[in-house]
Amino acid sequence: MIVAEPKPIKELLEMVQDFNKILVIGCKGCVTVCNVGGLKEVGILASTLKIARKKDGREIEVGEHVLERQCDPEYIDEVKDIIDDYDAVISLACGVGPQFLSERYPSARIFPGVNTKFMGGAVEHGVWSERCAGCGQCVIHYFGGLCPIARCSKSLMNGPCGGSSHGKCEISDDVDCIWDIIVRKMMAQGRLDELVKFRPPKSWTTARDGGPRKMVREELVI
Amino acid sequence: MNDFKPQIVAFCCSNCASSAAAVADGMKKTLPDNVKIIQVPCTGRIEILHLLKAFEQGADGVYVAGCQDDSCRYISGIKKAAKRVAGVKRILEEIEMDPERINIFNLCAGQGQRFVEVAYEMINRLKEIGPSPVK
Ligand code: SF4
Ligand code: SF4
Repeated sequence: MIVAEPKPIKELLEMVQDFNKILVIGCKGCVTVCNVGGLKEVGILASTLKIARKKDGREIEVGEHVLERQCDPEYIDEVKDIIDDYDAVISLACGVGPQFLSERYPSARIFPGVNTKFMGGAVEHGVWSERCAGCGQCVIHYFGGLCPIARCSKSLMNGPCGGSSHGKCEISDDVDCIWDIIVRKMMAQGRLDELVKFRPPKSWTTARDGGPRKMVREELVI
Repeated sequence: MNDFKPQIVAFCCSNCASSAAAVADGMKKTLPDNVKIIQVPCTGRIEILHLLKAFEQGADGVYVAGCQDDSCRYISGIKKAAKRVAGVKRILEEIEMDPERINIFNLCAGQGQRFVEVAYEMINRLKEIGPSPVK
């Protein structure tokens, strides 16, 4: 999933300080799963905005809406009859959502309510960890099914650097050295020799280095 | 003592805190009428939004009264509630309201006296803090 965290309330209050009718739009996709932008969080933000404004003696009207996904035009359409009733919109989806809203509703003022962090998953309740950097050409099968691009601090593709120590990365004791894990796993599977096989350099043109990406699948285009 | 009468919402677990309330009743100790009790099957059911709604509606203070950490009927309800109360404290801080407007107390079913005491503890704390600016 795409993992995000809430923006500080202060920052959000500043963003919308000139507006008195605000629509908070959540998303039932990734941000619901990482507890940052689903039905519950829409309610919490709406209530917090109201408390903060009432405290300052300022009127505010906050609408709440949750879309199936904010990364599909058909769901974005769902708010077409209500969005004009508001001065501003806070989207609690990942960075994709508020952009789809901005593109579909060019006159609306759209604000991001979360900070989008990475593609990853929950390793335990309340703890998420990065797994994929979206390089556009997956090669994890060379590395015991683990991604050195997303999980090595230097994205090294040819083994650990000199900073690997007792299984930890030199940047922090909180960060596992993925190369330590890869090597141990390959040893356990008796495939260590595969790591020294020659492979041509990875093409980064499929990653962000190739500019903004777009994908067309002809069999699906209507 | 000032004569400000804080309006307080108390979320009470039906296993321990409410039994404590019954014991208090038997001891002829009653809660002041400015403390409004909301009974919940387990404090673990209380969401951040429930707590915020009380403030949104103008409560001066909110507290949760539940079991001891090691005697929650549903194992970890009170610990979850404690984390949510801490979450609301953080929200209050962020919007520059006194986080002491919300608190959590651990009770036992037999503690009628303590049940009434925590209500007065909150009342006194809120008298010091003053009325909620959210009206
Ligand atoms: S808008 Fe973002 S958070 Fe919502 S489903 Fe799409 S990718 Fe996930
Ligand atoms: S190799 Fe590329 S696509 Fe595969 S997990 Fe790593 S970053 Fe993601």
